[in-house]
Amino acid sequence: MQATQPRFKSRQLWQFHGGIHVPDQKAVSNAGKVQPTPCPKILILPLQQHIGAPANPVVKVGDRVLKGQVIAEPRGYVCAPVHASSSGTVIAIEDRPVPHPSGLSAPCVVIETDGQEAWVDLPEPLTDYESLDPAVLRERIRACGVVGMGGASFPTSVKLNPGKDHQIHTLVVNGAECEPYITCDDLLMRERSGDVLQGIRILLHLLGARQCLIGIEDNKPEAIESMRLARAESDIRDRVEIVVIPTLYPSGGEKQLIKVLTGREVPSHGIPAQIGVVCQNVGTTAAVADAVLRGRPLIERYVTVTGRGVAKPCNLNVRVGTPAADLIAQCGGLRRNLRKLVCGGPMMGFEIDNQAIPITKAANCLLALTPAESPDPGPALPCIRCGRCADACPASLLPQQLYWYARAKDLDRVQDYNLFDCIECGCCAHVCPSHIPLVQYYRYAKTESWAREQEKKKADHAKARHAAKLERQERQERERQAKLRSRKEAAKEKPATQGQAAHVVDDPKKAAIEAARQRAAAKKAALAEEGVIPKNTEDLAAAQQQQVAAAQARRRAAGLREPEAKAGPEARDTDQTHQPPQTKATGPKAETASEEQA
Amino acid sequence: MTGVVVSSPHSARVNRVDGVMLQVILALIPGILAMTWLFGWGLLINMALAVTFAVAAEALVLRLRGRPALPVLSDLSAVVTAMLLAIAIPPILPWWLTLIGVLFAIVVVKQLYGGLGYNPFNPAMAAYVFLLISWPVAMTTWLPPHMLADQALSFMDSLRAIFLGVAPGGNWDAVTAATPLGEMRNQLGQNRMIEEIRQSPLWGDFGGRGWEWVGNWFLLGGLYLLWKRIITWHIPVAFIAGLLVIAGMFWALDPQTHPFPAFHLFSGGAILGAFFIATDPVTACTTKKGQLIFGAAIGALVFVIRTWGGYPDAVAFAVLLMNIAAPTIDYYTQPRVYGHPGAGK
Amino acid sequence: MLIAILAIAALAVVMGVLLGYSALRFRVEGDPVADQIEAVLPQTQCAQCGYPGCRPYAEAVAKDDEAINKCVPGGEAVMLALADLLGRDPGEAGGIVEKPKCVAVIDDNECIGCTLCLQACPVDAIMGAAKQLHGIIASECTGCELCLKPCPVECIHMRPIETTVRTWKWPFPASQPARPTETLPQAKAA
Repeated sequence: MQATQPRFKSRQLWQFHGGIHVPDQKAVSNAGKVQPTPCPKILILPLQQHIGAPANPVVKVGDRVLKGQVIAEPRGYVCAPVHASSSGTVIAIEDRPVPHPSGLSAPCVVIETDGQEAWVDLPEPLTDYESLDPAVLRERIRACGVVGMGGASFPTSVKLNPGKDHQIHTLVVNGAECEPYITCDDLLMRERSGDVLQGIRILLHLLGARQCLIGIEDNKPEAIESMRLARAESDIRDRVEIVVIPTLYPSGGEKQLIKVLTGREVPSHGIPAQIGVVCQNVGTTAAVADAVLRGRPLIERYVTVTGRGVAKPCNLNVRVGTPAADLIAQCGGLRRNLRKLVCGGPMMGFEIDNQAIPITKAANCLLALTPAESPDPGPALPCIRCGRCADACPASLLPQQLYWYARAKDLDRVQDYNLFDCIECGCCAHVCPSHIPLVQYYRYAKTESWAREQEKKKADHAKARHAAKLERQERQERERQAKLRSRKEAAKEKPATQGQAAHVVDDPKKAAIEAARQRAAAKKAALAEEGVIPKNTEDLAAAQQQQVAAAQARRRAAGLREPEAKAGPEARDTDQTHQPPQTKATGPKAETASEEQA
Repeated sequence: MTGVVVSSPHSARVNRVDGVMLQVILALIPGILAMTWLFGWGLLINMALAVTFAVAAEALVLRLRGRPALPVLSDLSAVVTAMLLAIAIPPILPWWLTLIGVLFAIVVVKQLYGGLGYNPFNPAMAAYVFLLISWPVAMTTWLPPHMLADQALSFMDSLRAIFLGVAPGGNWDAVTAATPLGEMRNQLGQNRMIEEIRQSPLWGDFGGRGWEWVGNWFLLGGLYLLWKRIITWHIPVAFIAGLLVIAGMFWALDPQTHPFPAFHLFSGGAILGAFFIATDPVTACTTKKGQLIFGAAIGALVFVIRTWGGYPDAVAFAVLLMNIAAPTIDYYTQPRVYGHPGAGK
Repeated sequence: MLIAILAIAALAVVMGVLLGYSALRFRVEGDPVADQIEAVLPQTQCAQCGYPGCRPYAEAVAKDDEAINKCVPGGEAVMLALADLLGRDPGEAGGIVEKPKCVAVIDDNECIGCTLCLQACPVDAIMGAAKQLHGIIASECTGCELCLKPCPVECIHMRPIETTVRTWKWPFPASQPARPTETLPQAKAA
């Protein structure tokens, strides 16, 4: 398919299946420049703003932190550090509501800013990065907390390390921004095109890629022009191409964009590196330039506040951790006819209840929708099997079949129809005449499948432990029988050696107790010889002695005899000598307890 | 989280079931007008009856099922079923036969299987077949188009015919005539040659006189549906192609015992079937490749049943037969999912 | 007529011989169905189904046609899986009350170190010894509640596992419409 505008260099483009034309609503927020934001009074920094394990806080409540200072270290490989977005004092490290469809809270570091915006000493700029080992650059990108800013928030340093098996030939930079209403990438390309090109230059070196393709939808002529100028001034212009692609949702999806620009498909359950491609958002690319050339960590991003439910829609340059309420206030507040507030775009974002949630590294838009923009779809009608969903699906799935099986909770069949290839773009639900909440069925099926996998693992683990317990009990029983047999034989051979021995023969239980006691005494003696005093019940602190006394009192109250021996599995066998509780315990429990012991 | 958690998309939905059904109703209007002009008021009376019965029957069944009636009735699917059935039956069919047909379609074929979206068989066609094989005489008593009729039926005559079963002038034979398909069958059965048969004034340019225009007007409606993207081209084109190819093959082999392919296309319910009946989304295939196979098979079956089967018109039977096969065809024509190996990259 | 009778009789004899031979020749030792059923069960060994463990319940379902909706920890998911496996009707999901997953917790101040709960736990998830404080290893606890009864001082109680952002699941879509249009999101201050 040829590019539509004859002005631009024509280049072969491919098409992905399906997709929908939606009114792009960019004009609501794409006029004007990006506004700066004042420093908010508090910053709420979730410890997990990325895919992977949450970061570990390295500050305590009461610490003073500087702008750009590391406040949480990464834990594990797929992880990213968190930095303070402004200077101030840590007032809490606790669970706070975070941007998530559940509305639940997660651990956050809460900083009360002091308004001084005092910077920490930043690491030195790596201006001569071309002479550096890519691993050094990746370490710098990691240390600056750079994650994917297009919404996925995958740690960039991990993505830029595809391994020796994958030879990367093309860097795809995603400037498509296909979701309606969102214009932050558009404005970034207009205002920071130079930084984006710098980032591309770094990434080309880091990946060893031959060329870079920047995909921009054709509804952003200013951004295209700005990027072209920056490219013309850059010394890598021969390796960078700006490709204008037709506006079609969701051409900004990583898999779809790669297909449009290169004609190749990312293998299912695979990564683009397997076909020699790495895809980065324009914002991430600019953040890479900041990290490498200026040593700046990722502490701010452009956020679009838009929708006709907010008074003055615009783009803001926001410090990560700023509460959403601050942004909304800066944009003139919400209108009375607001229907819902969404974090993200209208096709893939989630509704938020609580304006106290912070802007994270991945949050690109706050969308205030009126009833006209987001009418109530009404109750879902039965599926009429029209097939519009399958026509619209950019992954060529059969949403109808996924729907039927997800609705029947038949998770195995849903996976047969490639549930996990669904990118949750929302095209199917958008075109469904019956207004069925298709994406929610698939999200339910996915999370339920994962949960069941976890439960299966737990069940297998529990089964193994149970089997181990039964085996242990059998083993102990066998050993006990063996000991009794051997003791009986020993007693037969030496009939009258010690009075104690004869006594022992009569009562095998008492024999076991006696044996254990002797062993314990022997052990104690041996330890005493070495000068070690066992710590169990000697040498206790006063408080501990009180606790022991209290426990013993409770034990007596419950009517239990003092146990004869100490630690060890053998001791549990001798618990058979315990008398069932007589006083405190109620009748049925006593019976059950004795049944348990029997 | 207060309230119910609702997933994206939060956009305005662009399609509605009642919108789709309304467009289908609009698209049927040209054909209905043509049929009324050619065959009189009977069709409109039957349609009014059928729609009334259908809505009432559906409301009753929903009541019995304990479901709210208004949301279901307002999706207009019962109206469309009733209209299609009314078009398929003869214009002078007694009212109680229309009632039985509609009840069968709505209650048995649609609601007993679970309502809209759950029925495996096309309700209008299943009802038509049920009526046809149970009351074959009444169901094959058609009127001639007005240009061929000795005596056209007035409005009152039609009412009397439908509600009282009274023939105008007391004699049904004087008013009724066979359909072109029926006539063609009879004549071929008597071993007449096509050349000879076509001499009769019954025949127009490419179908029965008058009758061929019905097909044209329904075709207009079908093109409207295509333009509005209510249906896609796959089933109609495959149906027509399937029918024309096999009819063309046999006509080429023996032009004297098989009529010209266009005859098949413009007779009986072929055009109606191609654009309105076979495209019923609930009972047709959903994958695109599947739809092509589905449409072509119906087209071919129409020819086969018309030529060698027991009834003159075959669209209803062909559609029902392929309804049975639709889920299997869907299963074997799944598209290749992005990122999975297969044809191409 | 006679020929028809003889023919049918002969067919019956032939079929009977075939079936009898197959029953002997292809006999399967053990009970693979019970194994398959057990693989589906959650292995909490909690006995809430009325059987002393998951294996006995599996065998009962396989041999005695026991109802498949008795597993409480497994809930609806296990019932549907068993229905699918055995080709039986799922039965009433209403019979199963979906309880939130819990782990047991011992109150330190009440524990008397009697080791009765240690013995009761089917997966050895309780640490401790006689006269020593007992502790439940939360990651191993399956929530089977078998330790609650033996405790003479009733110091064990079940605590629901909290859903976190990482374990939250999207709910099954409700059939009613989304939030009513007249509620505005409340601006909750931090």
